[in-house]
Amino acid sequence: MTLMDKLESMEYGPAPENGAKAQAWLAGHGRSFSHYIGGAWQAGTGAVIASHNPANGEKLADIAAASEADIDAAVSAARKAQPGWVALGGHGRARYLYALARLVQKHSRILSVLESLDNGKPIRETRDIDIPLVARHFYHHAGWAQVMDAELPDMEALGVAAQVIPWNFPLLMLAWKIAPAIAAGNTVVIKPAEYTSLSALMFAEICMEAGLPAGVVNVITGKGDSGGMLTGHKGVNKVAFTGSTGVGRIIRKQIAGSGKKLTLELGGKSPYIVFEDADIDSAVEGLVDAIWFNQGQVCCAGSRLLVQEGIEERFMTKVKARMAKLRIGDPLDKCIDIGAIVDPIQRKRIDDMVQAGASEGATVWQPALDMPSTGSFYPPTLISDVGADNICYREEIFGPVLTCMSFRTQKEAVTLANNTRYGLAATIWSESLGRALEVAPALKAGVVWINGTNMFDAAVGFGGMRESGFGREGGMEGMMAYMKPKYEAGLKPSARIALPEAKPAASASGLQAIDKTAKMYIGGKQARPDGGDSLSVLDHSGNVAGLVGDGNYKDIRNAVEAAGKAFGGWAGASQHLRAQILYYIGENLSARAGEFTERLVSLTGASKKAAAQEIEACSDRLFSAAAMADKFEGRIHQPPIRGVALAMNEAIGILAITCPDDNPLLAFVTLTAHAIAMGNTVVALPSERYPLLATDFYQILETSDLPGGVINIVTGKHADLVPPLARHLSVDGIWHFGDPALEQDIEIEAAENMKRTWLAGSKTYDWSPSGTLSARSILNKAVEVKNIWVPYGDSNLPMTGGGY
Amino acid sequence: MTDLTNHPHENPGTPFNPDWIDSLRVNKSAIERRTSSLMTRRTVKKEWQSAWHLKAVSCIDLTSLSGDDTPGRVKRLCGKAANPVRPDILEALGASAMGLTTGAVCVYHEMVPTAVAALKGTSVPVAAVSTGFPAGLAPVETRLEEIQRSVAAGASEIDIVITRAHVLTGNWQALYDEVKAFRAASGPARMKSILATGEHGNLAQVAKASMVAMMAGSDFIKTSTGMEGVNATLPVSLVMIRQIRDYFERTGIMVGYKPAGGIKTAKDSLAYLTLIKEELGRDWLDPKWFRFGASSLLGDLERQLEYHAFGRYSANYRHAAG
Repeated sequence: MTLMDKLESMEYGPAPENGAKAQAWLAGHGRSFSHYIGGAWQAGTGAVIASHNPANGEKLADIAAASEADIDAAVSAARKAQPGWVALGGHGRARYLYALARLVQKHSRILSVLESLDNGKPIRETRDIDIPLVARHFYHHAGWAQVMDAELPDMEALGVAAQVIPWNFPLLMLAWKIAPAIAAGNTVVIKPAEYTSLSALMFAEICMEAGLPAGVVNVITGKGDSGGMLTGHKGVNKVAFTGSTGVGRIIRKQIAGSGKKLTLELGGKSPYIVFEDADIDSAVEGLVDAIWFNQGQVCCAGSRLLVQEGIEERFMTKVKARMAKLRIGDPLDKCIDIGAIVDPIQRKRIDDMVQAGASEGATVWQPALDMPSTGSFYPPTLISDVGADNICYREEIFGPVLTCMSFRTQKEAVTLANNTRYGLAATIWSESLGRALEVAPALKAGVVWINGTNMFDAAVGFGGMRESGFGREGGMEGMMAYMKPKYEAGLKPSARIALPEAKPAASASGLQAIDKTAKMYIGGKQARPDGGDSLSVLDHSGNVAGLVGDGNYKDIRNAVEAAGKAFGGWAGASQHLRAQILYYIGENLSARAGEFTERLVSLTGASKKAAAQEIEACSDRLFSAAAMADKFEGRIHQPPIRGVALAMNEAIGILAITCPDDNPLLAFVTLTAHAIAMGNTVVALPSERYPLLATDFYQILETSDLPGGVINIVTGKHADLVPPLARHLSVDGIWHFGDPALEQDIEIEAAENMKRTWLAGSKTYDWSPSGTLSARSILNKAVEVKNIWVPYGDSNLPMTGGGY
Repeated sequence: MTDLTNHPHENPGTPFNPDWIDSLRVNKSAIERRTSSLMTRRTVKKEWQSAWHLKAVSCIDLTSLSGDDTPGRVKRLCGKAANPVRPDILEALGASAMGLTTGAVCVYHEMVPTAVAALKGTSVPVAAVSTGFPAGLAPVETRLEEIQRSVAAGASEIDIVITRAHVLTGNWQALYDEVKAFRAASGPARMKSILATGEHGNLAQVAKASMVAMMAGSDFIKTSTGMEGVNATLPVSLVMIRQIRDYFERTGIMVGYKPAGGIKTAKDSLAYLTLIKEELGRDWLDPKWFRFGASSLLGDLERQLEYHAFGRYSANYRHAAG
């Protein structure tokens, strides 16, 4: 081809990145790797796995498959290192994190090349996105280590973290896991995915170069079974996993009842909504970043295109034209948009799903691109003519496959967007600020991008709602996932209040008292138990103090339904209104303090003084929840773009709360008040031993303007009522302070729809307002952070001032 | 009169369609993201780069728009336009036979006859800036008269300036009428409409002005006079060429694009060529549909070409002055 031919064609020509240094590094290790344990390479005792370059099938190296013994060694190295690492202090840890950040930058080129070789992703992405974000993450968290004592004085490290990461962003996910963990004073054992372990092994060398104390970071390699052994290991305090929802569910069930802290960042099927008032060409271009970034192997990929009907035809024509311009091929070519799928197995999985979608009636379109003749490549694909039930619309494909559907109105767009089990991310394209900021809070997603997509920053939390997992990575929320309140260490074991022997009913003297059976409280109405049975409640000395309904799963069903109906209005109510109602409840309780004090005395045998103090404490807690309703607010991040990210505290949804027997009214009031202050609606199971206080309390609720369904009270045996709550797929979270024996089952059942749980863990809490359980620490459990990215800018003339 | 057969006026325009501009939205951040990542997504190396540099040379409107222009200076400029790259460099690259010239020479009306004479026998057209360039605030009659005189003097391309007030006040009908009148006055010449985007308030105005100028019959839309505070930029270019694409999709008519001012390096030129290739396609990578309004760009391109030809970076004084 002569120069003149090139001038005629105006093609780009090849632009290969040099892979020699990365190859030399692999050769220097004999293309065979051990585990990194206790600051040194330690030969594995298990099998060997071959790691390949998916772009050409070449074997890159052998890695070790960690055995139980290897994992034992790694966990004990981490355990041994942890006290010293904490003792080093924030500044000491900050210096190491800073050194890691600097070293990642110094080795950025070879890391980028190695990542591209191992994963198949384009060098442009590893060079411009993955590796710079890795460095940024370590810098940001060096800062957290430095300021932790001042900013989070009541928190401390968890201990040893077991971290299992996926193959789609190997080093970036490593950074997201390791940086906050070690910043907070934890030590880690991390297992990269078996397809892509090489950059983690290079990172181990960086740890050595930084002089990181031995055992603070341990890297073990292997397949899923090694990961399972690690997450299940008795010696770890925290499990963090990023990967598929299916595996996340397995891990959650595996560790249920162990008391390990858990964060899960799972799958997604994120909507990409284009309104007719969008910058249409930019929205088309945004799709390239949404679904053709990293071959679509992105948990938050905008894989469901929802486009307003009036612009659909024009938009889809433009999408196809843009797809035809994508370049697919050698990941090390700097001119490539789409590289290789990580492994032929994954490629087949994508193709199978596309074929299944087609057989369900979908239209499949792929542009005529120059495809590489060998290697694990999959063309950009558009799926149309689908219903919401098509597999390609419903399931995460994890490939360069976009599914599209149209909508008519904003309301319909939101309905379709939320019609999924997932809730990781969402994208909105509209030039109307009013519209975009109305839609963003209505979307079930942990991250919302307005007029852009796949924007990330270490200061801005990332993580999902629903079955996309829980916990956040990045920012303050991300730090919290690797810390626990210091008070937890001082909690005393819980003890059940012994049930006295029942005394025979006293013989009637004078007039028969009017029978009074406390009912349940569902949807703002007093409700008889579905089963028609009652339970007697004994006071502290065994006298029958009254009867309550013996609830069953149907009462639970009704209560959850009522809570669901109430949720939209309550979560959407102003903070001020919620505060006013909570104050009003406090006011009304105060007016009837004498009556409640007497009930406490007669029921629990408390002294009059103690009982009066407890009622006073209830008012205090109600006022506190009311006060915080409009003060526990989000924050505004200023990531390195021209724009902001609004971190909004959003209600979790329908919360089930089971109350302890100690402080039967105070615990009930404290938990429910803070839950509803944030907009949650509640199904509460009062103390099984002393339910009458809660049933008395609904009379207060009835006179306090609380909308029906915001608090629902179901009485009965917790052992009957907790399982249907834990199994209910409309319940979004469970706070369990009841029988500890139920905890393991709660976690197992909660894994189905990824309920957020707060379990007492066989501990007794101090419910007093001046105690350790601050309003803020409860409210943290009552919300999830949604980060809404809002890039801004319109002027064509240079601007100065804020935000620039 | 210059031969117009190679570059006939081709855009007949359309009626004024307010619908085509009412729905236009432009998101500045998204536009900037696209242009800032473009050159990290695409690159040309080695011999391909030389080919692209030659293409860039062929697309230059070699320009001199100074108050101190003289016939002698303009003649020298025309000489450079006809032979923009030293023959030994072209020979070493195997490009001697292509007859490389710049896209045009661009001067004020007063210099048109000089340029036409100097370029006689070459294929290089003469472009005249017109209509009260650069501010465009001369009386309407004199602006129209200026076009007619330049065409009569042999200019085959007319670079008109629009009334920025029409853009800033959203008076699109008035802008349409103005450009249409200029179009009529241009007769057989190709007309480039300078939008002076550095004086538009936002990118949506740039997009709308682009579309109106094309509806009114512009053969090219052009960013700047080179005299505004901000001249050609990649974001503004992206907005304008997306309008060219939409106009083509709506009418089937190709309109050319000319960024002007501030494009000084070979690397800059590759960014623009890449943008055009990605957003409009290969067909637009031709002097018929794409021009750089530039004066110093050629020097850097020639230097780069010499490096590719001989493996040494050159010194400016070794290349003929323009």
